[in-house]
Amino acid sequence: MAVLRSKIDTGSPDFRANSEHHRGLARDLRELTARLALGGDERSRERHTSRGKLLPRERLEGLLDPGAPFLEIGLLGGYEVYEDWPPGGGIITGVGRVAGQPCAIVVNDATVKGGTYYPITVKKHLRAQEVAAENHLPCIYLVDSGGGFLPLQDGIFPDRRHFGRIFYNQANLSADGIPQIAVVMGSCTAGGAYVPAMCDQVVIVRNQGTIFLGGPPLVKAATGEEVDAETLGGGDVHSRTSGVADYLAADDRHALALAREIVANSHLRYRPTVKTRDPAEPEADPSELYGVLPRDTRTPYDVNEVIARLVDRSELHEFKPLYGETLVCGFAHIDGYPVAILANNGILFSESALKAAHFIQVADRRGIPLLFLQNITGFMVGRKYENEGIAKNGAKMVTAVACARVPKFTVVIGGSHGAGNYAMCGRAYTGNMLWTWPNSRISVMGGEQAAHVLATVRRDSLEARGKTWPPEEQDAFMEGIRDQYEAQGHPYYASARLWDDGVIDPVDTRRALGLALAMACRTPEQPKSRFGVFRM
Amino acid sequence: MFVTIRTLLIANRGEIACRVIATARRLGMHAAAVYSDADAGALHVRHADSAYRIGPAPAVESYLDIDAVLAAAQRAGADAIHPGYGFLSENADFADACTEAGIAFVGPSSAAIRAMGSKVEAKRLIAEAGTPVVPGYQDDDQDDAVLAAAARKVGFPLLIKASAGGGGKGMRLVEAPEEFAAALEGARREAAAAFADEKMLLERYLVNPKHLEVQILADTHGNTVGVFERDCSVQRRHQKVIEEAPGPTVGEPLRRRLLEAAVNAAQAIGYSGAGTVEFIAEGRGVDTAFYFMEMNTRLQVEHPVTEAITGLDLVEWQLRIAAGEPLEIEPEATGHAIEARLYAESPARGFLPSAGKLRRLRFPGNVRVDTGVEEGDSVPVHYDPIVAKLIAHGPSREAARRDLIEALENTEIAGIEHNAGYLRNLLAHPEFVAGDYGTHLADTIHGAVTPGLNDLHWALAALAAVPNGALPWSRADGWRVNQPARTEVLLQHEGVFQTVRFPPGKVVAGDSSFSVEALNSGADALAVRLNGRVQEAGLLRDGSAIHLMLDGETSVFQCVQDLTADQADRLDGADRIVSPMPGQVISLAVAVGEVVEAGDLLAVIEAMKMEHSIVAPCAGEVTAVHCSAGQRVDEHTRLLELEPRQ
Repeated sequence: MAVLRSKIDTGSPDFRANSEHHRGLARDLRELTARLALGGDERSRERHTSRGKLLPRERLEGLLDPGAPFLEIGLLGGYEVYEDWPPGGGIITGVGRVAGQPCAIVVNDATVKGGTYYPITVKKHLRAQEVAAENHLPCIYLVDSGGGFLPLQDGIFPDRRHFGRIFYNQANLSADGIPQIAVVMGSCTAGGAYVPAMCDQVVIVRNQGTIFLGGPPLVKAATGEEVDAETLGGGDVHSRTSGVADYLAADDRHALALAREIVANSHLRYRPTVKTRDPAEPEADPSELYGVLPRDTRTPYDVNEVIARLVDRSELHEFKPLYGETLVCGFAHIDGYPVAILANNGILFSESALKAAHFIQVADRRGIPLLFLQNITGFMVGRKYENEGIAKNGAKMVTAVACARVPKFTVVIGGSHGAGNYAMCGRAYTGNMLWTWPNSRISVMGGEQAAHVLATVRRDSLEARGKTWPPEEQDAFMEGIRDQYEAQGHPYYASARLWDDGVIDPVDTRRALGLALAMACRTPEQPKSRFGVFRM
Repeated sequence: MFVTIRTLLIANRGEIACRVIATARRLGMHAAAVYSDADAGALHVRHADSAYRIGPAPAVESYLDIDAVLAAAQRAGADAIHPGYGFLSENADFADACTEAGIAFVGPSSAAIRAMGSKVEAKRLIAEAGTPVVPGYQDDDQDDAVLAAAARKVGFPLLIKASAGGGGKGMRLVEAPEEFAAALEGARREAAAAFADEKMLLERYLVNPKHLEVQILADTHGNTVGVFERDCSVQRRHQKVIEEAPGPTVGEPLRRRLLEAAVNAAQAIGYSGAGTVEFIAEGRGVDTAFYFMEMNTRLQVEHPVTEAITGLDLVEWQLRIAAGEPLEIEPEATGHAIEARLYAESPARGFLPSAGKLRRLRFPGNVRVDTGVEEGDSVPVHYDPIVAKLIAHGPSREAARRDLIEALENTEIAGIEHNAGYLRNLLAHPEFVAGDYGTHLADTIHGAVTPGLNDLHWALAALAAVPNGALPWSRADGWRVNQPARTEVLLQHEGVFQTVRFPPGKVVAGDSSFSVEALNSGADALAVRLNGRVQEAGLLRDGSAIHLMLDGETSVFQCVQDLTADQADRLDGADRIVSPMPGQVISLAVAVGEVVEAGDLLAVIEAMKMEHSIVAPCAGEVTAVHCSAGQRVDEHTRLLELEPRQ
């Protein structure tokens, strides 16, 4: 197989300037991440620990195998989305190794608004369940939540993908043989009570975890009965009397040990669906990605320089190298896992779209996961291209992407605009995972393009009514559009809304993809019955 | 009297039974073993040509049951019985019973056993024969007041010893007159339990003397030979742990005197067979004064060091003497031999005996190993917890010492607590190296030679606890999305917690940072280069427990994540009083509702013939009792619960 040889001059001023720019972006991302990972403010964290409770991330670490990786999903969720936005969306979600087994993990952060569910919290929780379903990962819910965030009840309660969907998912995941495990480490009130109640197995911490549909104040208001939380729905009650919980724990650590034992005994039977190789680092240094990427997403560069720094041994078996050259297609391995890569190397033409449709079919028939490296402004426009049927050819690519059964992964490494977003497996195409790089931009079209289009439409409309549009007003109008697109096209904006699974540092991309490939490329034995575990 | 031994019954178990079987088989005899229910599949049974059940696990109902052993001998058609050491080996009634049954007893006459069996009688006889004895009291009058008066006459410090005793059982050291009464009572209780004989004798206690002993061989034709001396001064709790031959401070003149005294003693009682005359010696070199202590009328545990320097097979000579052959040897000694006794016990916990399944038992090939167990066997709670004896023989004391250290360092044991690391450290201690040590050595240097954990152990345990695989999910890089990697593990060892970090290429434990290079580790061994130096350790994964075997020490670690729920539950369970080892509850000192102070006696557990007091860890009220007197309990069995009070 051909080894991609880098043609980059790593000593050039341009490389150095790029490097400085992108390292800066990565640093900014890490700083923001560190801030968000703290969860609630110092006071609420102190209050939390003073009750003998471990902090959410300490609970997470206590659950994971020592030294195991954790593929966190959507840490930027909720970032600057609401006026009083919850850091990390008030919930930690991701995939981590527990008792040797990758598991989907959901940890309520009670230091953020008491762990209540904002709309973004619900979205993160549902996304974690979706990842669990697609990858057949046992779900572990470390529950410590006051239920829905009432001021935003219209964004969390009744819709198809609102709070109720969590329990719907739990039942159906369980029906698919995916273990549902809850560890009740704090309150589970009202709707929240169903998270443990809908699980296969439930651990509850004595004198700390509570499960009830109505808390003591509500009970008093409704019936006049005066009862304390522990007596109403504490650990002893639920593990000895009600049977809502199955295991009683002395404290957080004991509870986590029980959860690990439950996973270890869940009789999971997975087989790899692909042939792996020994992982090997790329020949080209991944840290050079910072210098490879241009400072402006609109500046063209050779995407092979990126591929060379992502794949094992920098080896790529390219498909149709001489045809449709604006899309690089080829087979490679990432961290030992086979992958069929489609990477933009310019705008999409009919040939590139046809080549993609062909290549996707080949990969799909052979069971090779697809990796899309997105840097695309869209399909080519103009009379020649419309007349040759680029819409039809683009549709072939979109069809192939939409219908491929193999795992699909997308990394937005530059621009993501127009139908290019769709053809290159945007979020709507239900890829397994989608990440963006800190330099990427995502919007229906580029800000400059949008400013011109909207200005033209407005000017035409004004002129049709016989009015003129002073140039300074037009400039201001266009500036406004540009600002809006810049703000909304920023990867933080996208990630805050969970349009992706996270913004990642380019040098970490290999590691993230390896983990995602590894968890996608395994199948369980099919369960025989079709019902969830009934809590009796 | 000439006897042809075709079938030899070995009335013993463990390493000594295996040892005797080996010689019997080499001499073409049919080796018949006996076993209790606890030993049904034991190594000595597997090694024997035939084996006979003699009763349930308790020794009094099996290995000490004369009728049962004789019945087995008759069923086996045995011509002779070898009693080994311990059990019936110094039981004159047994020797008589053998003779009556027409079976040769491999040992001296019952008269000689009786003469030496009572320490009082023995000393009187030997003193009459002209060998000095330590001042003491040996009379039958066992009245408390009489004994107390005698004690004052003998002088303090003194020893109270069970007349029928041995192996440190029923023995008490009394430093001052006011401690005498309590010590006497304790010694009597232990003696009653172990020997069914409460008779005590008193003896002046020499400060840091040497324990020297002489191996004797005597035939039935009047030939008696002294087969050199052994220095057995390394003793803990009056039990020998390291023995060597020849004595490192015994020169030729002293040797002649010792051997002569021993031969005289043996001849004074008409001894035949193999035996050992034990002396206690004060002073060093030519100025050494020695006193007769006792004579053991049997093969000693430490006989292999004598075999090593003389090339003799002492068991073979026991059998030849029993068959009536004349002793025609002039033993010569070559080089130096040292034996280390590997016990199932915890040096760090006051030598508390340990029992259990040997999940790992591997010995190196560079020394002689006498053992009665193999990997997968169990060390039962019912008998002496000896696991093996390692015997090194070299041209010099230093060569033997180094070989034995190397052997102990390469010994791998898991599943029980053991003293290999302790023995190794003892052998490496400057005072032992100097050779001029007394019986107090082990007590004096206890802290220095008791194995403890250091950073290296924690570092290696972390490397074992966090396996690093090649594929994405098995890699131990602690990778996090846009956050610092989490490369640390919280380990637990006997309730002590420590975080060990493992950033790429390193491992950091305590104040130590090691560079790490993985070598060829297997499932049961860890091999790494730490700071450029190759470190190899044995590994055993038992559920979530990691047994790390390094330089003869075994330490058990667990990741906090891997604590079983039960263990995690116990983390804050100081209020639960558990049995420290498997054994039997002898007495309960408290009942539900009783209020106790810290240090108050709660219960007494007997294990391996030793009594262990369970005391209150804190003041509090007894809220539950989960055991009763007489009940058998396992290690960690909950005995009772205490509600702590301020």
